[in-house]
Amino acid sequence: MKAMTSRSATEANQPMGSVQTIAVHHLSVNYRSVQALRNISFTVSSGQLIGIFGPNGAGKSTLIKAMLGLIPSVTGSVMFDDRPLTQQLERTAYVPQRSQIDWTFPATVWDVVLMGRVRKSGYFQRFSVTSRRMAIEALERVGMAAYRDRRIGQLSGGQQQRVFLARSLAQEADLFCFDEPFVGIDQKTEDVLFSIFRELVSTGKTVMVVNHDLGESITQFDHLILLNRDLIAVGDRATVLTLENMTRAYGGYVSFFSENAA
Amino acid sequence: MLDLLIEPLQYGFMQRSLLVAIIVGIICSVVGSYLMVRRLALLGDAISHSLLPGLAIAFVLGMNIYLGAFIAGVISAVIIGWIHTRSPIKEDAAMGIVFSAFFALGITLITTIQKSNKIDLNHFLFGNILGVTGAEVRDTAIIAVLVLLTVILLYKELLFYSFDPLGAQATGLPVQVFNSGLMILVALTVVASMKAVGVILVLSLLITPAATAYLLVPRLHQVMLVGAGMGVFSSISGMYLSYYYNLPSGPAIVLVVSILFFLALLFSPSYGILTHSKAIVEDK
Repeated sequence: MKAMTSRSATEANQPMGSVQTIAVHHLSVNYRSVQALRNISFTVSSGQLIGIFGPNGAGKSTLIKAMLGLIPSVTGSVMFDDRPLTQQLERTAYVPQRSQIDWTFPATVWDVVLMGRVRKSGYFQRFSVTSRRMAIEALERVGMAAYRDRRIGQLSGGQQQRVFLARSLAQEADLFCFDEPFVGIDQKTEDVLFSIFRELVSTGKTVMVVNHDLGESITQFDHLILLNRDLIAVGDRATVLTLENMTRAYGGYVSFFSENAA
Repeated sequence: MLDLLIEPLQYGFMQRSLLVAIIVGIICSVVGSYLMVRRLALLGDAISHSLLPGLAIAFVLGMNIYLGAFIAGVISAVIIGWIHTRSPIKEDAAMGIVFSAFFALGITLITTIQKSNKIDLNHFLFGNILGVTGAEVRDTAIIAVLVLLTVILLYKELLFYSFDPLGAQATGLPVQVFNSGLMILVALTVVASMKAVGVILVLSLLITPAATAYLLVPRLHQVMLVGAGMGVFSSISGMYLSYYYNLPSGPAIVLVVSILFFLALLFSPSYGILTHSKAIVEDK
């Protein structure tokens, strides 16, 4: 399949300075003998809120993981500002699916947020005053500062997700990747997530979100990547959310949600 | 009362064995905390059972038997990982297969060797802490310094890695190195503990103090500290019990550790079955 390239209209809104891009070329991933992703290529300009959509088993999480080098890919390259993304992972923040985390782990909210400062601190170093201040500010931004000394297992799902959001904020990353952040959370947390995603994007950061929910929240995204092992479509909502694309991705099971979503 | 505590210390063998018991109590609890939170308790068991053939082969070759045991422990962890990643066999099954095979090989080798040599299988299976030599105390102390320095210097990285391996990897931390490093720490720790409690019971010192502390305190470094305290207390009281009641030392230590665990299980302020009626909390 041919590489699809898209420079969306929001590029004009880039902050001053060089235009950053994420370029994925011919990325393929196998799980044992099964092809999880087939020859995925796309380019997106940064400073956008990018949604990765598709049915269950479409390879959405796999795409994020392969881009970050968390799982091996058979072929392909992922560039961020013309350099391999895996060579600049200190610029990325990744929040895994909630189900990947052992919530009974003996750690407090404070411990988890400070993990966002581990890489910046460097080996054999204690957390600096700056790191501690950034961790507190991140907790305040997501409204969790009061829960600092709580064991993470005592929080609700939404609170846990906000703590992870705070951790990613403390990382001072340029590229944020969230895997299914809206699963099992409350409305308040969803609002907090989207408003912080917006703030990040407005300061030139790039936010990629794996999401399977085709509901109303889809209108929040600037840019969509529609997957079903192959790349079905990439671009702004009007480009991606066509009946033909949705039928190809979901095999006709989805009666299209709302006409005005696009 | 004080006399009771001081009396055994007049013997050199009691001083040495108490010292080793205390060191082992500390490092087992610290390293065991990682095994517990990473759900790798069985791996501690697997590595410890796998020490035997290395020990026997080293003995035959005239090498240091602890070095041989350490190498066998590392090899077993490598084979377990290899089976797990290269086949559809799950990790727990791979552990069961590898450690029983190593254990059988070790018992076969040692049984053969001990017919013509002064080497006793039982000392490795159940420990022989009263026979600890000065050199062994020194070796145990060196291993303990290595283990504790590693854990202290890499604490924040190891915390991130053990809580969220993918998240840690995504920031560029070398999680594969941490993973191998943890295996090496476990192998070192069980080698150091072999003399104290033997390869069969070492799992208790690795997991039980950590699990007990987990029921009492909320953060990993606290689990390690409280666990180490429990380990030391159990080691000392186990040794005294064994001295005064003529009990086998290793099992006495393990019994004390286990009693502490059940006390915490029943009476922990936050999770105790008797003190906290809604003890089943947190989504698993």
